[in-house]
Parts: sequence; C-alpha cells; structure tokens
Amino acid sequence: MATTRGAAVRYESVQKSYDGVSLVVKNLNLDIPPGEFLTMLGPSGSGKTTCLMMLAGFEPATHGEIFLNDRPINNVPPHKRGIGMVFQNYALFPHMTVAENLAFPLQVRNMGKAEQEEKVKRALEMVELGDFGNRRPAQLSGGQQQRVAVARALVFDPELVLMDEPLGALDKQLREQMQYEIKHIHENLGVTVVYVTHDQTEALTMSDRVAVFNDGVIQQLSSPDILYEDPQNSFVAQFIGENNKLSGKVVEIQGEECRVELDDGTQLKADKVNVGGVGDRTTISLRPERVEFDTHDAMDNIMNGRIEELIYLGDHIRVRMNVAGNDEFIAKVRNRGEKRNLSVGDTVPIGWSLGDCKALDPVA
Amino acid sequence: MKLKTMVLASTALAMAAGTAFAQDMTIVSWGGAYSASQNNAYHKPYMEKNPGINIINDESSAEAVAKLRAMNEAGNITWDLVDVVASDAIRLCDEGLALEIDHDKALAAAPDGTPASEDFGDLIVSGCFIPQIVYSTTFGYRTDVDEWGGKTPDDICDVFDLETFPGKRSLEKRPINNMEWALLCDGVAKADVYDVLETEEGQAQAFAKLDSIKDSVVWWSAGAETPQLLADKEVVIGSTYNGRLFALIEEQKQPVAMLWDAQVFDLDGWIVPAGLSEERQQRVMDYLNFATDTQRLADQAKYISYGPARQSSAPLVGKHAELGIDMAPHMPTDPANAKNTFLYNYEWWADYRDDLDAKFQAWLAQ
Amino acid sequence: MSDTTSEQVLTTQDGKPLKQALASALRREKMRALLLIAPLLIFILLTFVAPIVDMLFRSVENSIVADTLPNTVVAMQEWDAASGNLPDEAVFAALYDDLGVAVKEKTHTRLGSRLNYEKTGMSSLFRKTGRRVKRMDEGGPFKEQFIKADKKWGQVETWATLKTFSPRYTSAYFLSAADAQLTPEGVKMKPEEQQVYLFLFGRTLFLSITITVCCLLLGYPIAFLLAALPLRTSNLLMILVLLPFWTSLLVRTSAWKVLLQQQGVINDFLVWTGIVSEAGRLVMINNQTGTIIAMTHILLPFMILPLYSVMKTISPTYVRAAKSLGANDCSAFWRVYFPQSVPGIGAGAVLVFILAIGYYITPELVGGTSGIFISNRIAYHISSSLNWGLAAALGTLLLVAVMVLFMVYDRIVGIDNVKLG
Repeated sequence: MATTRGAAVRYESVQKSYDGVSLVVKNLNLDIPPGEFLTMLGPSGSGKTTCLMMLAGFEPATHGEIFLNDRPINNVPPHKRGIGMVFQNYALFPHMTVAENLAFPLQVRNMGKAEQEEKVKRALEMVELGDFGNRRPAQLSGGQQQRVAVARALVFDPELVLMDEPLGALDKQLREQMQYEIKHIHENLGVTVVYVTHDQTEALTMSDRVAVFNDGVIQQLSSPDILYEDPQNSFVAQFIGENNKLSGKVVEIQGEECRVELDDGTQLKADKVNVGGVGDRTTISLRPERVEFDTHDAMDNIMNGRIEELIYLGDHIRVRMNVAGNDEFIAKVRNRGEKRNLSVGDTVPIGWSLGDCKALDPVA
Repeated sequence: MKLKTMVLASTALAMAAGTAFAQDMTIVSWGGAYSASQNNAYHKPYMEKNPGINIINDESSAEAVAKLRAMNEAGNITWDLVDVVASDAIRLCDEGLALEIDHDKALAAAPDGTPASEDFGDLIVSGCFIPQIVYSTTFGYRTDVDEWGGKTPDDICDVFDLETFPGKRSLEKRPINNMEWALLCDGVAKADVYDVLETEEGQAQAFAKLDSIKDSVVWWSAGAETPQLLADKEVVIGSTYNGRLFALIEEQKQPVAMLWDAQVFDLDGWIVPAGLSEERQQRVMDYLNFATDTQRLADQAKYISYGPARQSSAPLVGKHAELGIDMAPHMPTDPANAKNTFLYNYEWWADYRDDLDAKFQAWLAQ
Repeated sequence: MSDTTSEQVLTTQDGKPLKQALASALRREKMRALLLIAPLLIFILLTFVAPIVDMLFRSVENSIVADTLPNTVVAMQEWDAASGNLPDEAVFAALYDDLGVAVKEKTHTRLGSRLNYEKTGMSSLFRKTGRRVKRMDEGGPFKEQFIKADKKWGQVETWATLKTFSPRYTSAYFLSAADAQLTPEGVKMKPEEQQVYLFLFGRTLFLSITITVCCLLLGYPIAFLLAALPLRTSNLLMILVLLPFWTSLLVRTSAWKVLLQQQGVINDFLVWTGIVSEAGRLVMINNQTGTIIAMTHILLPFMILPLYSVMKTISPTYVRAAKSLGANDCSAFWRVYFPQSVPGIGAGAVLVFILAIGYYITPELVGGTSGIFISNRIAYHISSSLNWGLAAALGTLLLVAVMVLFMVYDRIVGIDNVKLG
C-alpha cells in the first residue's frame, strides 16, 4: 500500500427507518480506518445500500451520527462531503463526452482550465482510456464505461470513494478483470473505499475487511479469510462459500468444544462457536472440501453417508450424499489422478476433524 | 322471364315496406329557443298530420352557407330545408345553391284569399327566400346603473354618449348595423346612410364615430353573449336580437329594458337547397305550404317574440304559451316599438360586405 | 477457386441469380408490409391529404371567369386596359352570349360574388345585369344596352378587373393574404386601412410563442414533480393533469369567462381584499391576456405529457452522481438534469406551438379584438364570406410559416432532439 491519504469513517449507533414502523438499519456501529477497502456484503434488502447512501448523504440517518475524519457529517449536504462515488449503472452523463464527464467535478470546484485538462488526462490514462476523451458514454463498451465511472469518482482526489455494486452490469469475465483493476487502483492511491455488493466472490477478492449484512445488522466484520474459516453464525457460514448444514442438539460442553447429537442419534464433536447451553439446538456447519473419504481412527468425527449423485468437475468431483437424513450434503473430492471407487448408491464412511466443524446458532 | 318477375316483385315489396316506415326530413335551424318555437308551432303539428314524416332537427344554420356549398361540391345534399337570414338566402340564391320558388304556387294564400306573394309583400327579398319572421337587432340596457343618475337611454345615440351613460357596451363583431348606427348618430340622415357609406369619407366618418367608444366596447359574435354580459353586469348596454332580450327580461326577470330606437329589421326564413331529388322536393314543399300559412306563423309568436312575416298573421298573435303575457307589445313590429326603425339594405351589403369587413377587421386590430 | 467465385454470379440451388432471388424474397416482405399499412394509407390519403391538396389548389385556382364568360375572355384578349377606352362592340356581343348561357345555368351571380372580393359592386352588377339581359334586343347594339342596364359597364375599371382576373390561375389570393392586391396596373400593397393579415400572422406567432413559453414555465415543475413522485401519487396527479380533457372545450372557456371578467370571481376577490379598487377592476378577458391564460390552460397537458415521459426516463442517479461529484442542487439541475430533459421540452414546445397556431375557438370567445389569431380570419372566410380561395391562401402561408420555423428549430435544436418518451 502506498502513501495513505484515505479518510476515516465512523458510524455511531446509526438507525434508519423509511416508514417509521420498521428499521432498515438497526444500531450500526462501524469504524473504517484510513485507506481500508471495506466491503458491505449482503443479500438485497439487508440494509447495506442504505448504509452507503447515508454515508454519501442521499439518505438522512434516522438516529445516530456518521463521522468523516472525526467530523460529524449528518448535516453536510452530499456535494460538500467530497466523497467520490461509482454507481451501479455508472451514471455517466449521456449529454457530455467522456472528458466533459471527468471535468465536471473539477469545473464545479472552479478549478483552472489547464489544471482540469491535466487531471482529466491523468485520470484517463490511469484507466487506460487516454484516446477516448471525445467519445460519448453511449459509444463505449460496458467495461470502458465502468472505467470512466471509476476515473470520474477519483479525478477530484477524494479521500473516500463509495462504490454501489459497480460491476453488476458486466459479464463474468469482465467483472473479474475489473475487480483486479479496482483493487490495484485502490492499492496505488491509498484512498478509503467502501464497496457494496451482494457477490461474495467479489467481496472476498477485493476487500481488506468485509461487513456481512443481514436484516439491518452487521453479522460479522472481519477479513475475508477469517470470514470463511471462522463464520460467527449460520447466516455468514451459509452466505460465504459453500456450506453443509447438520442440525442437532448440544449434549455436552467442554471448554471450546462441544458434543452435538444429530437428529438421527449420531454424536459429533464440534467447535463451540455460537451455542447456548446443554440441551439447546444448534446447526453444525462444515465446508465440503473438508470432508475426507480416507477415514482413520484418529479423526474426531466419522460417520456414514450414502452417495446420491456424482458430478465430475475436472479439478474435483462433487459428491452429493445423504448424511444423517440430510440428502443435500456435499463433499468435494480433489482429483488426484488415482482411481477412486465411488459409485451412486454406495454407503461409505466419511470423516473430518473437530476444527472444521462449527457449532453455530440453529437454523429453522 | 321468371327472374325478371321476381326482381320486380321484390322491388315492389321493398317499396311498399319503404312507405310503411317514416320518411326522414332534415330541417336546419339555429337551435335553442328559436328551434323550440319552430318545433312547437310547425314540426309537431305537421308530424301529427303526417305520421309518415319524421323531422330531424339540425342546428347548423350559422354555417349553413359554407356547408351547403361544400355539400353541393360533393354532390350529396343531406339537408331538406334550411332556416337562414335574408342576406344568406340572397347569397345562396346567387351561388345557385338554393331553389327558386314560385311563392304563389308553392305557398298557401291568406285566409281572405290574398296570394302569398302579396301577403309577404316586400319581405320576399330573394326569389329563393320564403320569409318566416321579422326580427330586429336592437339594444337592451340595465335599469340599475347608479352612475347614470336615474337617466335611461331612449335614443340610439345614447349608445355613443359615454358621458351621460358611462359603462361598457357590447356590439356585434362585424360592420353591419354598427356602421349605420354610427353614421345616424354623426348627423347623417336616415335616407342618406348608404349613399354616405359608399364613399371613403363616409366610411372614415363611421369609423371615427365608432372610435369614440371603441375602448368601452366588448365585441360579440354569438347572439347569446350580450344577454349574458348584461346579466353579469359586464356591460350596461348592448345590441343583440330582440328575442334574446325578451327572454332575458321576461323569462329571467333581469333588470334590463329595451331600447327600441333605430332597431334594424332583418328577416329570417326558409330556403330549399338546390339539387334535391323530385321526391324529396315534393315532401319539402308540402311541409313548407303547411308551416308558412297564416295560422302557423302566428302560432310561432306564442313561443318567441319575433314578428310573423305575413301581414295576415299579425291580428292572430296571442299570448305567450307559458308566461301568458300578451305577445303583441313585444313584437319589433308593434307600432309602439317601431316608431323609429332602420331598414337594412341587403343589396348594398352584398356588394360592400367583403370590402367593409376587411376594413372593419383592420380597424378592430389597430 | 476463390478467384473464380468472385467473378461468377452467385446463384441459388436451382440456378436463379442470388441477387434476384433475394430481391423477390424481400419484395414479398415489402408487399406484406404495404398491405398492412394500406387501410391507414388509403384513409389518410382520402380524408387528409386529398382535402389539403384540394385546399392548396384552391388558393391559386380561378377558372370561374373563363368558364362562365368563355367568349368574352377570348374577345377581350385584344383589348388593352391601359388605353382608357372601353372594349369594342364585339366584346359586348360576346358578353351578351355568355351571360345568356350563364343566366340559364345561374352561374352569373356566382361569378359576381367571386369578382366582388376584388372589386366592390361586382356582385350587384352581375345580379342586376342577369335580370336585364333577358330583355335585351338580340340584334344589338349591345354596348349601349349594357351601359343602360348598369352604368358600371361603361367604366373601364369594370372591364380591367374582368380582364385582370380572367386567367385560370391567379396569384390574387396569395397577394391578398399578404395584404397586397392585384390591380390592372400590377401588384400593389393594399391601402393601410385594409392591411390586417400580416399583422395577424405576426400576432399569431407572437401569442403562440408566448403561450408555449407559459406552458413550459408552468408545466416543467409539474412534470418534474410527477416524475419524481412514487408511481401511485404521480398517477393520481396525472389524472388531475388530464382532467381538463374530460370537459368540453366550450365549458372550460366559459369557465374562464366567469373567472376573469370584470365582474368575475377573481376581480371580486381582488376588490374584496382591497388589492384593486372598484373602479380599477382588471381587464383580463376579451384581450390578449384572456387568450394567453385560457389557451395556456387548455394546452398545458400537451406540454406536461411529453415532458413527463422524458423525465421519467432520466434516472435519479444522474443528479445523485452530480451531487456526489460536488455540484450543488442548482448546478446539478442545470448542468445534468435539464440538458437531459431538453428533448421533452422540444417535443412539448413543438406540440403546443403547432396546436396554438391553429386554434380559433378559444381566441374567438375570449380574445376580444386584440387576442384573435389568423385562424379566426381563416374560419371567417371559410364559413361566412365563402372566400375559400383566400382562406386557402392564408392556410398555405400559415403552413409555410410553420415549416420555416420548424427548419429554424431543426437548425438550432435539431429535430432528432425531440422525444416523446
């Protein structure tokens, strides 16, 4: 990361309601240090976009305060916040050329003509669109428009850039390419970025930290690896990556471990992450790639599963099986080239270690 | 042979069936109270006598000349009888759009045997025209204007007297009548009006006189406007057709009175469109013979205060059908009202209308 | 191989040249398309294009003189109006023959009405002469008999007028429409006290532009509001915008009379509140103010609807984007929102202007003398004076004026910059 010239953002007990009956954002507290790339991830209606819009100034907070570099900004109108923003459909002004679009934020700041031109040129070069200044947005491809939108949000050197699902309209390949480009621009400039998306891959690829939103509450705020490895609750486990659910009842707690009895009577050992006391219901979360077929007695958990379906995916084989009455149980077998005797209908032993198996809050 | 008989038989059947149904006759008139009076006095009794005829009322008289010309060009005359003012009748006759009538042959004689042409007399201003009523364009004024200090206008020139009778006036948006009144009030003798108006100087004189009240004039183009303007106190004095003022005064009981002085007589009557089929023409003539007889013309005066065009009808004019008041004193032709009347010169206006209208419009626009 | 194919004519499987096969396949498509639009095309041609062409033709057509007096027109060719002498006996004899036929067919009075537009007195001249011609001595001499019938036949101007208007096509109507006239001596401007049409054209344009601007000023905020509100509320408001369409034009115009007249509701209120004195009641109707107010009201929906449908397509994120880039409300509106709504303004303005320029009912009812349009004169010549040639010429000039304005508009704004949604 280069020189940090990003801004610090802080949400303090922020609440938001549109109708006065229900809360869209429930008591949000969030600290974003300067230069961080923070992603707000969540399904639609989870409150992530509302949080972004409150920060941008397009929605007033119903309660609480938002700080920008320790300055409360609730009463600062959007145009005085100095925040760059990239919109979902780019919002490039169709009646202006690319260069005029880029010069717009400079013009409203009454910057000198020569300086404007210089900055516009630099911004265009940054996104590798040096020759496109005189085109209209409609004459550009989706990816090019996207880059112009990013350049426009950055051309006036904001300390904070907000991005509202900026890659949603692009096809898969272009989206991946743009993810890296945005990440590199962030790394080079050192601005703070708050990024909103519902695509977990995007969040994991780009972010320093990810805030997973659901139902107006941040479910977990942590770096991508922790988010994947140590989900704090069933929602996060389910939303990030692929996940197997096994529901049961806590029968014994020993320090950080617990013993869970599944509905068919099998007992498993699991990390006690988010359970109440003995007798409470819980949902066990287990990543498919952590399921082993080569079981040995030293494994913490071993049980039998019946193979329902085999899908060959090249680098791995996806095995759908019925485990403890759950026939959506997925296991991934790495393709090591050796012949493995798996066939539909077989009942085979599977196992995994205690640390890969998290006892979380129960899911209905 | 067989086919021919069948065709003949079916044609005969169709014709028989046709006569069993009522024949439509489209009569064009002005609408409103005037059409109602015709309906009561002519149409209803005629249809009672002739159940085979169904009269359809069309209220297009205001555009009759243009529409008849268009129908004539298209070669499809849909009207059977048209009620028009005399000047339009002359125009239609000039254009060959109206049928020339032999008045004595087509119309009923008076009860005493006087032939129709004598009974109508001078009112037959065109060979195509069958007069029906005499109406007049005259002034009505409000009787409750404080600024007038108890005085009421009794002379046509009071219309031009803004000092004694301040307030707005309404005049028709055309040169006819207004030019004559202006000259009469500028010292021109009644007999010389049209001679003077023929000259450029005379026209300038008339416009100059109208100029003196131009700022206080509201110009109307539909007959209903002046009664409304008077009722709303928008104007204190205004010209319109005498029947409209009668309705305002006697039916709506507004504080308005008639200024009969220098009323301009005009005529309204029927024309038969040229180019009707023999059969339709015969039907129309039968209706005309009935609807313009002495009694029918007198009957119409029960419903509206316009004078019957036949001399023989005058003694038969009775009371208003609903109000029950004597209609004779409300007729423009009543001796008390007709002390000073002005005769509108159709021939003269037919020549000068285009020219003076252009000048009048230019004057208005100034 | 590729060399030869580029030289060869490509053919279909059965040997037909490919181009021909393609053309015939496309022709079938075209025929189908033509058949689909045929009903509308025929309808438009018969009921719209044909009458308009006919009307335009009337503005130059003048065969009535040559048709009614064919012999006279031929005989008059030799005669020179500038000589100051009356035509010779042969012309009078031809006139006698022509009028004999014309009176039988009753076309002489029609000719009189036509010529009366050009020279006052022609109407009665032909009517009177028509009555007398039957009693004339067939043996002649006709000159004396005609002059005896009406002394106008002894005036050179009468004959000069007849000759001036004897060609089958005339520019007289157009000249008239431009306040000029065709005289035996050539084209002259009309005397000042008869000039009215150019003035009215100017006023029509001026008032139409004023009305368009008023509609824009009033309609823009409403359309903006409608586009910004949630659909349920905006639909309700849209009904209010369209409400005037559900009442008759005459009723609406009369309602304005009740409101605006000097003893009307607005003046009563102003007097009651003491803003104006009893003597100082405002004149808001029967003048230009009345026309502008009533017509702005009537035409407002035609401005709001295209504006609304264009604004509806302008995403609110543009304004947000502008604000996030540092523009305040005002410059975000003027630099980002407004330019994108220009196509709607274009469409609304063109629509309102074109409707306004041809209106005549409302100006007739509330315009008094200072608020009437050229259309009122056209209506007068169509329905009252029956001078359809002049009406057609005025209509043609109006059409040309609108087209010229359109071209200017195209130059300045660009016709493709007009959008209805």
